[in-house]
Amino acid sequence: MTLHELSLNQASELLQKREVSSVELTQAILDRIEKVESKIHAYITLTRESAMEEARAADLRLQKGDRVTPLTGVPIAVKDIFCTRGVLTTCGSKILENFKPPYDATVVARLKEAGSVTLGKTNMDEFAMGSSNETSHYGIVHNPWDLEKIPGGSSGGSAAAVAAGQCFGALGTDTGGSIRQPASLCGIVGIKPTYGRVSRYGMIAFASSLDQGGPLGREVQDCALMLQVMVGHDPKDSTSVPMPVPNYLEHIQKGVKSLRVGVPQEYFVEGINPEVEKAVRKAIQTLKELGAEIIEVSLPHTSYATAVYYIIAPSEASSNLARYDGVEYGFRSSGAKNLLEMYRKTRSLGFGEEVKRRIMIGTYALSSGYYDAYYRKAQQVRTLIRRDFDRAFEKCDLIVTPTSPTPAFGIGEKASDPIQMYLSDIFTISCNLAGLPGISVPCGFNTQGLPLGLQLLGRPFDEERLFQVAHAFEQVTDWHKKRPEILSS
Amino acid sequence: MNYEPVIGLEVHAQLKTETKAFCSCPTRFGAQPNTQICPVCLGLPGTLPVLNRRMVEFAIRTALAFHGEISKDSVFARKNYFYPDLPKGYQISQYDRPLAVGGYLDIETKVPSPPRGEGQGEGATRRIRLVRIHMEEDAGKLIHEGIPGSEGSSFVDYNRAGVPLIEIVSEPDLRSPEEAGSYLRLLRSVVQYLDVCDGNMEEGSLRCDANVSVRPEGSEKYGTKVEVKNMNSFKSVEAAIQYEIDRQIQAIAAGERIVQETRLWDADPQKTFSMRSKEEAHDYRYFPEPDLIPVMVDAAWIEKVQGGLPELPDAKRRRFVEALELSHYDASVLVSSKSIADFFEKTIAIYNKPKMASNWILSELLRYLHEEGRGIEQSRVTPQLLAEMLRMIGDGALSGKMAKEIFKEVYQTGASAVSIVEKKGLKQVTDESAIAQVIDQVLAKHPDKVQDYKAGKEKLFGFFVGEVMKATRGQANPQKLNTLLKTKLSS
Repeated sequence: MTLHELSLNQASELLQKREVSSVELTQAILDRIEKVESKIHAYITLTRESAMEEARAADLRLQKGDRVTPLTGVPIAVKDIFCTRGVLTTCGSKILENFKPPYDATVVARLKEAGSVTLGKTNMDEFAMGSSNETSHYGIVHNPWDLEKIPGGSSGGSAAAVAAGQCFGALGTDTGGSIRQPASLCGIVGIKPTYGRVSRYGMIAFASSLDQGGPLGREVQDCALMLQVMVGHDPKDSTSVPMPVPNYLEHIQKGVKSLRVGVPQEYFVEGINPEVEKAVRKAIQTLKELGAEIIEVSLPHTSYATAVYYIIAPSEASSNLARYDGVEYGFRSSGAKNLLEMYRKTRSLGFGEEVKRRIMIGTYALSSGYYDAYYRKAQQVRTLIRRDFDRAFEKCDLIVTPTSPTPAFGIGEKASDPIQMYLSDIFTISCNLAGLPGISVPCGFNTQGLPLGLQLLGRPFDEERLFQVAHAFEQVTDWHKKRPEILSS
Repeated sequence: MNYEPVIGLEVHAQLKTETKAFCSCPTRFGAQPNTQICPVCLGLPGTLPVLNRRMVEFAIRTALAFHGEISKDSVFARKNYFYPDLPKGYQISQYDRPLAVGGYLDIETKVPSPPRGEGQGEGATRRIRLVRIHMEEDAGKLIHEGIPGSEGSSFVDYNRAGVPLIEIVSEPDLRSPEEAGSYLRLLRSVVQYLDVCDGNMEEGSLRCDANVSVRPEGSEKYGTKVEVKNMNSFKSVEAAIQYEIDRQIQAIAAGERIVQETRLWDADPQKTFSMRSKEEAHDYRYFPEPDLIPVMVDAAWIEKVQGGLPELPDAKRRRFVEALELSHYDASVLVSSKSIADFFEKTIAIYNKPKMASNWILSELLRYLHEEGRGIEQSRVTPQLLAEMLRMIGDGALSGKMAKEIFKEVYQTGASAVSIVEKKGLKQVTDESAIAQVIDQVLAKHPDKVQDYKAGKEKLFGFFVGEVMKATRGQANPQKLNTLLKTKLSS
C-alpha cells in the first residue's frame, strides 16, 4: 500500500513510531494531488509551501516528543468555509474571491495546535448551498469513483479529497447533510456532531441554528481522532456547549451488544433507490448479528422536514449573507453611480443562482405579514420533529437510516431542478433540525461500483456511541478498504 | 377647534461599559477612526457575538430605576437592513422579548392631571409610562466630507459599531414640548445618577426620536403619528416637537390629512422635512438572533443590582427638602444634575451648612460656570475650596460682601479663600477696640446726624454702618459693628 492510500489512523501510527516523517507523508500527498487533482478538482487553494513548513515543524515536535498528539504531522484538508489566517477563504463564492481572513476558525486553530499539516482549502457548494458541489464558483468536483458523477455536497471537495487520497482527513460542515451525504457518495466516513459540540467561530455562516463543523475520513477512527481535537467549549461561540468531552477512542471497541437500534419506518419509503434500501437492510441485519436489538420506531413528522428546512435555512442565510455588500471586503462591482446601485451590482454579480434563490426565499419568509405563516410555523414544526426523536430515543439508543436516497448522480443531472436537488437531503435534514449527532459509514456499492452509505443518528452529545457502533460495523465489513481507481479511468 | 398634542419619545442611551456589546473592543469616544475595531464588530465572515454582561447589568440598573419589570429570559433579535455603517447587514437588537417592560417616570409639571398625577402646584408630578427598555448595538458612522482629495467619496468609521445601547420607549403620555423636555431631562439625570450613560446629546451618547400626533381636545382617539428624528439637544427636541405640532394643526385646519411618515429636524431653518413615507419604511424582517442564547436574568441578579442602586434624583430632592430644609426649587435645581448634587453633598460633608452651601452654589458658582459655558465637573472651585470659604463666613472671618469678591477670585484662580484674604490683607476686623475707634471717629464727624438719630430718626443707623464700613474698607465684622454702634448711640 502506498502512503496516500493509508487511513489517517494508520498514518498517525507510522508517524508516532517514527517509521515515516511528516515531510515524507506530506510530500507523498502533494505528489498524489499533483497526479489526480486535475481530474477531481477537490481544492480551491493549495498551500504547498506552508504545508511543508508545518510538516517540518511537526517532525521537530515528534523528534523532541514535544506536545505530540495523534494528529501531529498528519496532512489534512480544510473546507473553504473555515477562515484560515492569511489564506484565501472563498466559501465557494465569487463574492469572497479576494478574502484573506486575519484570524483562524477555532477548529482550524485547534487542529494546528495539535500539529496537523494543512494542505489547502477544499472546494464546496457556494456558501454550502447545494448537494452536488455544482454551485461552486470555482468549478465542479468529480466523484473519484466515477468522474462523470457528482461527489455530493456541500463538502464535496473534502469528501472527494479524502476518497482520492489527496489528504488523510478533511474538515467539513453540515447544515442539512453536507458532511454525511458527500461522505456517503464518496464511500468514506463523515460525522456531524451535536449542535453546540463544535465551535462555529470562524466557520462562515450559512444557517446559524443548523450549521455544525465535523470531520471526514476513510475510517471511523480517523473521524474520532479529528473530532477529539475539534470539540469542546469555545468562549467565542455562545452556542457552543460547556460539556465534558469523553475520549472517543477509549471505548470505541465496545461493540453493539444489547444496544437497541431503532429503524424508522418513515425512512424506507417510495422513491428510495432499491440498491440503497437493500444495502441498508443488509447493514441492519449485520448489526443484529453483532448483537444489537432491532426495534421499529416512528418519526411521524419526517415528511415535513424538507419543507421546514427550506424555510429556516434560507431565512437565516438571507440575514447571514447580508454582510457581503461590497463595502468592507470581498468583491465590489465597479462603476456604480450610487450606493443602491453598488449593492445591487455587487450582489447580483457576486452571488451565484442558488445562493440568490435562497436569499430570495429567506427574505420572503421573514418579511412582515409572512413571518407567522412561514418562519414561526417552521420553528413550531421543528419542535415537533425534535420531539419525535426524543420519543424514539426512549425506546432505542440510536437510529439507523440510509444517508442518501440514491448513490451519486450524474454531473448536471439535477442542476436545473432545485426541488429534485433538495430531495437528495431528505434523510439527513431532520438530524440538523433536531440538533442531533449523525454519522455516515460506507455500507456497500451499487452495481455500477458507486458507494452507498449508512446513517446512524444518536442522542444529543452521544457521539461516542455513534463511533462505537460505526466502528463495530466497520470491523466486520470491508467497504472502507476499497480505493477508487482514478488514474486508470 | 383646540388640538391636544400627543407625544411619545424613543430614547437611545449609550451605555458606559468599558468594552463593546458583543466583543472586547474599547468604547472610548473621539478615538482616531477605525482604531477600536476587531473582526467581530466589523462583522467579518464567521465571527460571532459574545454578550457583554456589563451591558445587561447596566440595562437592568436602568430598568429597575424606572420601575420596569425585568424579563427572566429576554431574547436578542436581528433587525435586518442595508447601510454601509452596519457591518453585518443587521443590527443585533431585541424585538418581541425585550429585557424589560413597563415602568414609569414621574415628571414635574405645571399642569398636573389626575389621576395619573400627584399633588398640585409646586412639586406636582405627572406619571409618564414606559412601554419597554431593550438592549441593542450601535452602528458605525459615515463621513462624507473633511477628508482631503476624496470629493465624492464617503468613508466609514466603525469605532462606534457594536457600542452598547439601551432604547427606552415611552407611552404616548406626553402632552407638550415642555413635558417632553422635562421627561428627557429627568431621564438623562437618572441615567447619569445610575452611572450607566454620560447623557451627552451633542456627542450622541443620548439620542431622542419623537412620535408626534395631534387630536381634537377631548378626543380619545389618537391622530396619525409622525416620527421626528435628528434632534441633538434638549432645545432642538422641544423646538422640533413644537414645530411638528404647529405644522400638523395647520395642515388639519387647511383640510389636509396627516400622513404617517418619518421626518428629519433641520436646526438651521428650524423645520422638519419628510424623510420617508410609510410605504418606503423598512421591513426589518426581525427574527431571533441564532448566534446568541436567551439572556437569563435570575432573581438573585436582580436583587444584587437593586441593592447597588444609588439614591435617585426624586429621593434626593425629597431628602434635601425634608432633612436639609432647602426650598423645593433649590433642591430641584441641585438634583437636576448628578454632578451638581455631588458637588453640593461633598461641600456640606466638609462644612455642614446646607442652606448656605446651596445658595452659593446656585447663585454664584453656577452663574459663573454658565457664563463660561463650563460644567461643574470642570470647575476650579472644588467642594473643599467652597466649604473653606463658607467656614470663614460662618466664623465671622469674612463678611458676605467681602466673600463675593473673594469667591470671584477663588473661581478664577482655584486658590483658597484663606490665601486670597491674606494676600490682599482683607482680613475682617474683629478687634472690638479697633472697631470702636472707627465708630468714634465717624460719630465725631457727624454730630448733627447723631442728634437726629437720638431724636428718633432711627433710619440713620444704616448710614453710620455704611460710613464705618467705608472707613474699614468693608472689613469690620458686621455683628460686632452693630452691637458696638448701638451701645455708643444709646449712651
